[in-house]
Amino acid sequence: MIPRKAALDAGDALLPIAREGDGPIFGEAWEAEAFAMVVALHEAKLFSWSEWTAALGREIAAASRSGDRDSGGSCYLHWLAALERIVVDKGAASRSALEQRKAAWARAAEATPHGQPILLANDPQSKGSP
Amino acid sequence: MVSGPLPTGGDIHGHDHDHDSGHLTDVALRVRALESLLIEKGYVDPAALDAIVETYETKIGPRNGARVVARSWVDPDYREWLLDDATAAIKSLGYAGRQGEHMVAVENTGAVHNLVVCTLCSCYPLPVLGLPPVWYKSAPYRSRAVIDPRGVLAEFGVSLPPETKIRVWDSTAEIRYLVVPMRPAGTDGWSEERLASLVTRDSMIGAGLAIDPRSLAAEGRA
Repeated sequence: MIPRKAALDAGDALLPIAREGDGPIFGEAWEAEAFAMVVALHEAKLFSWSEWTAALGREIAAASRSGDRDSGGSCYLHWLAALERIVVDKGAASRSALEQRKAAWARAAEATPHGQPILLANDPQSKGSP
Repeated sequence: MVSGPLPTGGDIHGHDHDHDSGHLTDVALRVRALESLLIEKGYVDPAALDAIVETYETKIGPRNGARVVARSWVDPDYREWLLDDATAAIKSLGYAGRQGEHMVAVENTGAVHNLVVCTLCSCYPLPVLGLPPVWYKSAPYRSRAVIDPRGVLAEFGVSLPPETKIRVWDSTAEIRYLVVPMRPAGTDGWSEERLASLVTRDSMIGAGLAIDPRSLAAEGRA
């Protein structure tokens, strides 16, 4: 009944619980997007919900084996890692395509002046950009 | 953020040198990479992604769970079913699916107050309670709820009589708890719908009580 893992994190007991009203459900916008992609891909029948929870469970288990104590802030990181894995496993995108696209976004972000929307077309290596 | 039309069809000549940009974090880059590829391939629609976020933020929320609790307040047979087989009783109202299975309902009484904590990411019953608030997943909440539940409740503005015992339940992927809060006094004859408006998300994880209609009256909202 008592969560042993939580009880071990006694140092956390000294910290305040950050609550404002009902509290936001997403800490950052990317969490909302990662969440929504999973729901959308489930609706598109790329995977069943039990396949998803199994994938998420594997990520969490792997993270806890490598010493992550599953702090609340890491939940959506596991969520994102599981999403990448299941997208690759289901053949919706390859790992290398994800890596290349991520690099393209990084170049696009660097090439975009502050305050401007970051567009993939801003990637200097993308076709069609100056 | 990323939502909205993204340029598509660009043939990317990536060379796999991976470095963070000044104004996007590594995680944000990974999310953008996934999102733009999945949109291009037609797996997801940007407008649908926005709609999903909005639905979970505003519509699904805890209202489904509130209806379950309100039904249990007015229908003793339903209450018995809920406490005996919560998954089936909740499903009978049409709430099932994503992480809504393996539910257990625990009832608050004058003698026992139940408080739920969650030590994993996959433990929160989405169809019933919506998405968890950020604080619920925080390590301080989870640790302190176990060590000093009465203190945590006091901090949340919930003071229980000293004779009320507090039970702390650890929600997991295998068992997810729903607290059935006590029905507030002064609600005799209320409709289920009206009663459901008194059931907050916090009250269904035990971090709060159902709203006392007298406090609503005091604020002129009843």
